[in-house]
Amino acid sequence: MEKEVYSLCFMCSVRCPIRVLVKDGQVKWIEGNPQVAGMEGSLCPRGSAGISLLYDDQRVKSPMIRVGERGSGHWRKASWDEALDYVGDKLKDIIEKHGGHSVVLGERTQLATHVSKTFLKAIKSPNHFTHDALCKGSVNTACRSLFGYTDAQMSMDYKNTKHIVMYGRNLFEALEVKPVNNLMVALEKGAKLTYIDPRVTITATKANRYWMIRPGTDLALNYALIHVILKERLYDAAYVDRWVQGMPELQDFIHPYTPEWAEKETGIAANGIVDLARELSQDKPSVIFHFGYRGANHPNEIYMRRSVMILNSLMGSMEAPGGYFFKKGPGEEGGKPARKLTEQEFPKIEVPRFDKVGTPDFPLPDPNHGVGQMLPRAILDEDPYPIKALIAYRFDPLMSIPDTSLTKKALDKLDLVVAIDINYSDIAWYSDVILPESTYLERTDSIQQANGLKPQMFLRKQAVEPRYDTRDGAVILKQIGERLGIGNYFPFENMDELVAWQLEGTGFTMEDFAEKGFVAYGKKQIFWDRKTGIKFKTPSGKIEFKSSLLEDAGFESFPAYEPMPSPPDGQFRLVVGRNALHTHCSTQNNPYLNELCSENELWINEKKAEKLGIGNGDMVEVKSNKGSGKIVAKVTELIHPESVFMFHGFGHEAEKAARSYKKGINDALLMDNISDMIGGSPAMHETFVTVKPV
Amino acid sequence: MSKYFMLQDQQKCIGCHSCEIACKTNKGLPAGTRPCQVIQVGPKFFNGRPRASFIFMPCFHCENPWCVSACPTGAMQRREKDGIVFVDHNLCVGCKTCISACPWGAPQWNPEIGKVVKCDYCMDRIDAGLRPACVTVCTTHCLSFGETETMPVVKRDRYARAMASTKGAAHLE
Repeated sequence: MEKEVYSLCFMCSVRCPIRVLVKDGQVKWIEGNPQVAGMEGSLCPRGSAGISLLYDDQRVKSPMIRVGERGSGHWRKASWDEALDYVGDKLKDIIEKHGGHSVVLGERTQLATHVSKTFLKAIKSPNHFTHDALCKGSVNTACRSLFGYTDAQMSMDYKNTKHIVMYGRNLFEALEVKPVNNLMVALEKGAKLTYIDPRVTITATKANRYWMIRPGTDLALNYALIHVILKERLYDAAYVDRWVQGMPELQDFIHPYTPEWAEKETGIAANGIVDLARELSQDKPSVIFHFGYRGANHPNEIYMRRSVMILNSLMGSMEAPGGYFFKKGPGEEGGKPARKLTEQEFPKIEVPRFDKVGTPDFPLPDPNHGVGQMLPRAILDEDPYPIKALIAYRFDPLMSIPDTSLTKKALDKLDLVVAIDINYSDIAWYSDVILPESTYLERTDSIQQANGLKPQMFLRKQAVEPRYDTRDGAVILKQIGERLGIGNYFPFENMDELVAWQLEGTGFTMEDFAEKGFVAYGKKQIFWDRKTGIKFKTPSGKIEFKSSLLEDAGFESFPAYEPMPSPPDGQFRLVVGRNALHTHCSTQNNPYLNELCSENELWINEKKAEKLGIGNGDMVEVKSNKGSGKIVAKVTELIHPESVFMFHGFGHEAEKAARSYKKGINDALLMDNISDMIGGSPAMHETFVTVKPV
Repeated sequence: MSKYFMLQDQQKCIGCHSCEIACKTNKGLPAGTRPCQVIQVGPKFFNGRPRASFIFMPCFHCENPWCVSACPTGAMQRREKDGIVFVDHNLCVGCKTCISACPWGAPQWNPEIGKVVKCDYCMDRIDAGLRPACVTVCTTHCLSFGETETMPVVKRDRYARAMASTKGAAHLE
């Protein structure tokens, strides 16, 4: 029997719409949903490797309970009832003794996040965090400080842009299918691409202008661009006059940051900076300075991301075709969004979060996401209180939080570590119980509320029965909840019932998704009127260059630039990133993706390598004050001499994930766990390393 | 040559290898067997700008395919109606002569079945009115497939537009 199913990919977090063909209970083919503009069949390599995940015999096939030491890799198979009872009993005991707040749940933001949040709220724990802060917490805070919206509440109109500037936003490798194709359309129409990165990426090879910037000095470049734009009045004066608060303060602040000053800091020629500012001005407002995908490099990250968005604001590109737009929800079309379980009434929570977000110690990061990298210190210092249990849901603290040794030490202090995961991730390997989740092809998920220029809803729909003894993540949490006496917060028996509950009152039913995989609230793209109608959500209703969010919390809107130190002699700044073949640390063991990229290499500048006696392909030892490891050197002219680079997500320690086991290095092992304490991102490019031949 | 043409628009290719994975998925192949492959050359600096080439290498479906001549069992064949070169697995004995014969490295060894597998433009898909797997999922739509005379004329289009506008000329460089 054959059938087609419209669904959503989940090989990464982008959720591209897909069409799945099933024959006799087996998935035969996956392609991008042909009915969705920008997809039209396209899939990235990870999406194409979805079937390879489904049939991978190295994923977690049944619940597992640890029998040896943590991390020893000794497991026994368990039934679901036994594994859930085990988790339930342990949690009950912990909650009784230490309170619900001693339980933390960390996950990658996903469609079932409202279920995880409900789980924690019901046990009176404020301690939900997502991967977001680790990736872009400071981008989120920067956007809120200027517009009152998070970065996730805005996006870019790639298709109609005339000039896009990207700072390490390696769009043609760290792929999202729709933006890639929309930008391709723009480039084909003659749009310009300026790419800035200490390393030559694929994106750099497609750029009209590439600058190999000295690592960590993007902020200096931006200040010089702002300097030129203000000095030569290249900005959109009417827009700025109507919408911006804090131009005089910016004028005063920016005065010393000339292109000549920036040339010394960044290595980019002053006249090039002037030319770029003038060029962009000609194309305003249809220009995009990209705010980045991962924005987690330095302790002043929030100011770098603010500078990007100040540039966009000066060009008038906020809410302009070919610029940025604020995502429109169903309300704009008189519709209603899908319900979330978090809309229920919960008991009041009196304690602060483990990361102290929202308290005077750490006032500004988004409490909807928390700040995950604070977890190891919170556990070790029992500050603000003892933490006893961690549920890691498709999130790997050992690879995602800088300083793996510190994180491990913290995990060792916990009474319970539970992993809800598809693969033998490193955290699954280090946990007490693994509760295996079904892959995205084997389960229906919660509704995706896809706000944008056209508000829509998408549905991830089960294509085949689970191949192994795995369950839906949301159902797993419900079933743990039942053992804790909070089952009443989960008014569903299966995912179809949850989806039906979510859709109540929206005017849509699950059947409405069958034909195309999505439903739309309206037909037209919605742009607000740029002269009168932009609904900024700041206290002033304007774009706040001078930010009340920052200043009310005791931070400056325009702190003086601090020079980015060059690494001491013989050392390098460690820089990390992605390629098209892997998603974070979750796909390295996928048979097809592993075949094409099985380990990471250390990119090192050829002149530096020569001095150190390192040849291309040599094994080298890379070492920081946090850890060390052996890795193959890629000697190249394609990287700035101050930095070395490696892809993130390698060096796995889970033996059962045999293809990726001990292949390459885990970058988090080398990194120091330090953060932008205003914006919330970790500072992942603050670590210096030495490299020597072995 | 076959009556078909596989066009790769180099300017749009980002070397993501989605084509290769879709090909392998569609044919259910193990690691190491790669009927099509994107070979990346570069990046290298040209006039101060980094540029890379991504060379897409499926089978070229030759007019007089050496693999067909070399095959001792008649397993390797050229389809009469459209010139697609394919292997009949019922006849393939796994002697690998075709692998040696092909100047382009197109025939691949499938260790799971002990036979040769190669790009056949997904002729089952073509016969069903679909496009080859690689073309269908190509991330940037840089691959096109069809009868040669119906292929898009992207190069000419682009050149004409660049000629007509100084703005576009920069992009063409």
